[in-house]
Amino acid sequence: MSANMVNMLLRSLGETCYMVLVSAALATLFGMPLGVILTVTGKGHILENKVINRSLGAVVNATRSTPFIILMVAIIPLTRLIVGSSIGTTAAIVPLTISATPFIARIIESSLLEVDPGVIEAAESMGASPMQIIWKVLLPESMHSIVLGVTLAMISLIGSSAMAGALGGGGLGDLAIRYGYQRFQADTMVATVIILIVLVQLVQTVGNRISAHLNKTKIK
Amino acid sequence: MIELQHINKVYHSNTGDLQALTDINLSIGEGEIFGIIGLSGAGKSTLVRCINMLETPTSGTVLVDGQDMTKMSPSQLRKARQNIGMIFQHFNLLSSRTVYGNIAFPLEIQGKSGDEIKKKVDSLLELVGLTDRRDHYPSQLSGGQKQRVGIARALASDPKVLLCDEATSALDPQTTESILELLRDINKRLNITIVMITHQMNVVKEICDHVAVIEAGRIIEEGSLYEVFTNPKNPTTKEFVASTRTDIVPDLVKQMSLHKPYKPGDKALVRLHFLGDSAGEPVIAVLIKKYNVDVNILSGNVETLQNIPYGTLLIGMDADEQHMKDAMDYLRSLSLQIEVIGYVS
Ligand SMILES: Nc1ncnc2c1ncn2[C@@H]1O[C@H](COP(=O)(O)OP(=O)(O)OP(=O)(O)O)[C@@H](O)[C@H]1O
Ligand SMILES: [Mg+2]
Repeated sequence: MSANMVNMLLRSLGETCYMVLVSAALATLFGMPLGVILTVTGKGHILENKVINRSLGAVVNATRSTPFIILMVAIIPLTRLIVGSSIGTTAAIVPLTISATPFIARIIESSLLEVDPGVIEAAESMGASPMQIIWKVLLPESMHSIVLGVTLAMISLIGSSAMAGALGGGGLGDLAIRYGYQRFQADTMVATVIILIVLVQLVQTVGNRISAHLNKTKIK
Repeated sequence: MIELQHINKVYHSNTGDLQALTDINLSIGEGEIFGIIGLSGAGKSTLVRCINMLETPTSGTVLVDGQDMTKMSPSQLRKARQNIGMIFQHFNLLSSRTVYGNIAFPLEIQGKSGDEIKKKVDSLLELVGLTDRRDHYPSQLSGGQKQRVGIARALASDPKVLLCDEATSALDPQTTESILELLRDINKRLNITIVMITHQMNVVKEICDHVAVIEAGRIIEEGSLYEVFTNPKNPTTKEFVASTRTDIVPDLVKQMSLHKPYKPGDKALVRLHFLGDSAGEPVIAVLIKKYNVDVNILSGNVETLQNIPYGTLLIGMDADEQHMKDAMDYLRSLSLQIEVIGYVS
């Protein structure tokens, strides 16, 4: 493999990491409050509100059921508005974020729902406000599970980012298609696949480690 | 300190309405340890949760320290709840916080400064004897230790009232004993009013001054521990009291076919309750000497209720008809209580 190819692999890896990390961070930023709202407005929860819960749930489900490739094309005008262009690594971050946000919202919702209702009740009995319950009980108590969920979302973003690459976004997926597939460079194809596998493994391992560190229910 | 007036609670659900509490009236004095005992599903948890409004009564008034809890805005209620500590059967500690962090939690909620929190938490750790477990997580503690953390946490905001919902039900007898001791100690030291919910009569007997028995959402009996224990009126109460007896009627006696009423020539099986000052009567000697009764002592027990001695004695009595009648009249004339369990021919 030529030095040039190695350089291109490295650059593509950098682009993939950039897309995945930024969109994962943004999606978590947006998905977190959505997940919290979905949880606390649910039946019997601290801020039960049927209307908000139902409508937000519907929006989240609608976004989640749109395949990424369609979503990406459909929101090109929005992408242009935000980034100024619909092509390129930065432009890919917009659809990636939009597709990952509802996913993360649901993941956070299910993590928060795992918090023992008794603990929430104990906080209420001490006079905690809903905001204090969210910040001091729900989020810290479920952080280990949220981290695993975000890890899962990042891995799925690695997959989506390869697709985004195919539409001119750069990254490892783009490289694999342009060189590995269209120019029949089998070694490039193999190299990108290996890099992707290692990347996924790495993300999963780091996620597991952080989660285990945060999980205080299992320490002995 | 706590006044419950005409409390009703109805749960509405798809399967229909359920009247969990019916016209509950209770008055709990300052510094008292008040027991509420009942079988599973009687409405104990519902009742205690109505005191701090975790459950809103359908109707009725809840006064805590003179304030009507049912008429408060959410923020007033949060403030009022800081005066009412609560401990739970399953402890409900934050698993992501250490012992220290758990006890600090209510203080953080009140926006106390770091210094203040540290001072308070350290003194509470001392009070419950967990100073050496300060940095442990709940998963590293035994049930008894977790409940101690729960107690320290409930006391952090210097509440006037402590609500305990089955606080010892998940613990073994020895640990239960030590937790009850801690609660008694806290009650004495801080003059805090304690409401103990339980289905274990032993717990009530151990520490309560006053007891109310709840059945199917109604208070069926209420009084000082001494009254209720020595003279239970309701069948359910009698059963609870019987459940704590250590002089269980020996199996052998059970196998005899006991009957009532008395037929001439029968032997009698009688339980005598010696209360307070009657404990000094030489009853057995009088029965034997004066009434010519053969007395057979089957079992006996002396304990204290609220620091008053209380003894029970299970005896078999054998005498001819006239002497038996006279002896029974004599026993009934005394200030002790007698319970004729049955006769054997
Ligand atoms: N949230 C609820 N919705 C509907 N019914 C309820 C609810 N909570 C309690 N109940 C019902 O109210 C009745 C009293 O329940 P409660 O929990 O107060 O009993 P308890 O005396 O505490 O029993 P246990 O000893 O088992 O804890 C029960 O019949 C129960 O099924
Ligand atoms: Mg209960």
